[in-house]
Amino acid sequence: MARVVGGSVVAVVVMTLFFGLAYPVVLTGFASVTFPSHAQGSLIHKDGKAVGSSLAAQQFTGKLYFHERPSATSPAYNAAGTTFANLGPTNPALAKLVSQNAQAILKLEGPYNPGLTIHDIPVDAVTTSASGIDPDISPAYAQLQAHRIAAVRHLPLATVQKLISQNTDGRWLGFFGEPGVNVLKLNLALDKLGGK
Amino acid sequence: MVHGTLQIVVFVAILIAAAYPLSRYMARVYTDDDFLRRGRLRFLGSVERGFHRIVGDRAAREMTWKVYATTLLVFSFVFVFVVYAIQRLQAHLFLNPQHFPAVPSFISLNTAASFLTNTNWQYYAGESTMSFLSQMAALAVQNFVSAAVGMAVMVAVFRGFIRRSSGELGNFWRDLYRSLVYILLPIATIGAVILIAAGVPQTFHHYAQVTTVQGGHQTIARGPVASQVAIKHLGTNGGGFYNSNSAVPFESPGSFGGYFELFLELLIPFSSVFMFGRMIGKMRNALAIFAAMFTLFAVGVGINYVAEQHGSSVLRNSGVNITQGHGQTGGNMADKEVRYGIAETAVFATGTTMTSTGAVIAGHDAMTPAGGAVPLVNIFLGEIIFGGVGSGMYGIIFIIVLAVFVAGLMVGRTPEYLGKKIEAREVKIAALGALFPGTLALTLTAAAMVTHAGLASIYNPGPHGFTEALYAYTSQVGNNGSAMAGYGATSFSAYMGTIDMLFGRFVPLLAALALGGSLALKKQVPASAGTFRTDGPTFSVLVVGMILLTAGLMVLPALTLGPIVEGLMH
Repeated sequence: MARVVGGSVVAVVVMTLFFGLAYPVVLTGFASVTFPSHAQGSLIHKDGKAVGSSLAAQQFTGKLYFHERPSATSPAYNAAGTTFANLGPTNPALAKLVSQNAQAILKLEGPYNPGLTIHDIPVDAVTTSASGIDPDISPAYAQLQAHRIAAVRHLPLATVQKLISQNTDGRWLGFFGEPGVNVLKLNLALDKLGGK
Repeated sequence: MVHGTLQIVVFVAILIAAAYPLSRYMARVYTDDDFLRRGRLRFLGSVERGFHRIVGDRAAREMTWKVYATTLLVFSFVFVFVVYAIQRLQAHLFLNPQHFPAVPSFISLNTAASFLTNTNWQYYAGESTMSFLSQMAALAVQNFVSAAVGMAVMVAVFRGFIRRSSGELGNFWRDLYRSLVYILLPIATIGAVILIAAGVPQTFHHYAQVTTVQGGHQTIARGPVASQVAIKHLGTNGGGFYNSNSAVPFESPGSFGGYFELFLELLIPFSSVFMFGRMIGKMRNALAIFAAMFTLFAVGVGINYVAEQHGSSVLRNSGVNITQGHGQTGGNMADKEVRYGIAETAVFATGTTMTSTGAVIAGHDAMTPAGGAVPLVNIFLGEIIFGGVGSGMYGIIFIIVLAVFVAGLMVGRTPEYLGKKIEAREVKIAALGALFPGTLALTLTAAAMVTHAGLASIYNPGPHGFTEALYAYTSQVGNNGSAMAGYGATSFSAYMGTIDMLFGRFVPLLAALALGGSLALKKQVPASAGTFRTDGPTFSVLVVGMILLTAGLMVLPALTLGPIVEGLMH
């Protein structure tokens, strides 16, 4: 028995050193050489300063920018405290949240989308994402917001729609998953265009 | 829905095409004593011999099931102590750039048990609790080791069917080492490299602080993510770097991420079934088991996909557009990610709960009653339909023994499987292994329903709250780790969960080794005209029936109190 305990202690130490330190250290070295940007969190820089990550949503308010999906993190879009909303499918709190989100969208987008009703709001716009930092919105939600952006920024609608399609990540290999519009990249592209 | 269905079908086809050849390699690793003794890679064989020397097992002798089990238990309990200690001491150790304090004792205990048992129940929020050192040296190590322990036991049980009148099941250290170094390490390394290329961070830098476009402040958690995420899936562990697990784009970027990580999860469980066929030299027997497992998998994916695409009553009544098409995926998008949509989430949710991985790419708490019942039933079935790496195969062996026994009663002959007579001892062990987890989970759920501390652990009101508790204890006993994450922010649930995970892992594991040991002692009986055939569709149907009978009957009454009431109320 003593031999088994001794052997186990040695095995535990060796495995902890190899799988716990050597393995991640080698991979970190590999990543820093081959994919330095990915390794550091796919940060996006503007004028030499990091303004966010292409893999994380961030807060956009007001009329000038495309908005993200709702987030359940605290504060919203906390990329260091991700969480689900965990509201059950029949929880009255979910009904209330969805209704509040929908009303806010109607108020914001209504003036730029004549005849807009709640039936035109895509479901991803009023539901929290799983991560709380879903960087994407559905193309449908982007199209809904495009009218506001075009009007406020005095841009032709076609220009805004072109930017949307340029910042849409399609299905993987054109087949797997669903397309999504990266909001941060889209908003940065808008700013680059000027026209405020 | 046509496109979504097509995605799932193509994905599964690719998976099987990869798993089948892998099973040939795996079988060789476990059966070829001279593996890597010759040829250009023979230095690797020397390293293996070196490992045996340092653990004091130079001769690498064959072990009886009792010696095998004792070695495994001692090894596991030394390890759980180290995992606990690293978390408690993380504030004083290196690689803690965020300066996190020591993890509280009840969380450390729960987490140590969780990773030791391949459960990966996440009581903690990774990015705000664990230092890099804790993530790597405590948790990720167990992702490798707990998976390898499961694979070792699986192979030992297989040997029970192959060996004749010997009672020996192999050498624990050798099976452990070979699982780790020849199977898990190479695939995990390739997986991690692919994840890095796809955008997953891998760094030791502290979290990034950025000023957002509109002048706000955002902290972006990052760290050695890719190295951990690859093995978390491959080893069917599931404990993420981030709290929201693989829903977080840093763990699983793009539409690619979900499918690739599910591929890693299912690869070894699928391969293991084929490997069983190779090791016993009867592939048709393995295919009959595969067909049974696959049928239940396909039904689960189908139900979840349809239910989630249909949406929850709250969303349907809200008036928003939940129709698929025109630039959106529609359906129940609550706690789901845009890049996955409904189809990818459905196959992932089913696969992850079936293999007892417990990683998630969406919040299961927010799934519709029918859709959410799929993961619930899956975890209740336990580690049998594919199941965790290794543990799934020894789980299904219990069911097979029971199925053969029932069939034997029907044809009026001493039941046998692969030429081994199944007698009272084997049936008793198999019944223990198959029924113990469900019994424990129901007992603990009941305890959580009648105590104040238990009721305080519930998050959502009504029958959904009951479902949360049931899901939690079932998930932990099955070493699954997926959660309806609203449940359990109390120390009560942490201690209950610790008991749940440890017994849920080691009782079936020991039963499996005992069964293997018992079978290995037996002679091989040649098949005759009266032998019940275990290599055709009839046997597949029998196995499915047995699964539904044992686990299904246990879960149905409990389901009535949870999702069924909830579904009827709205």
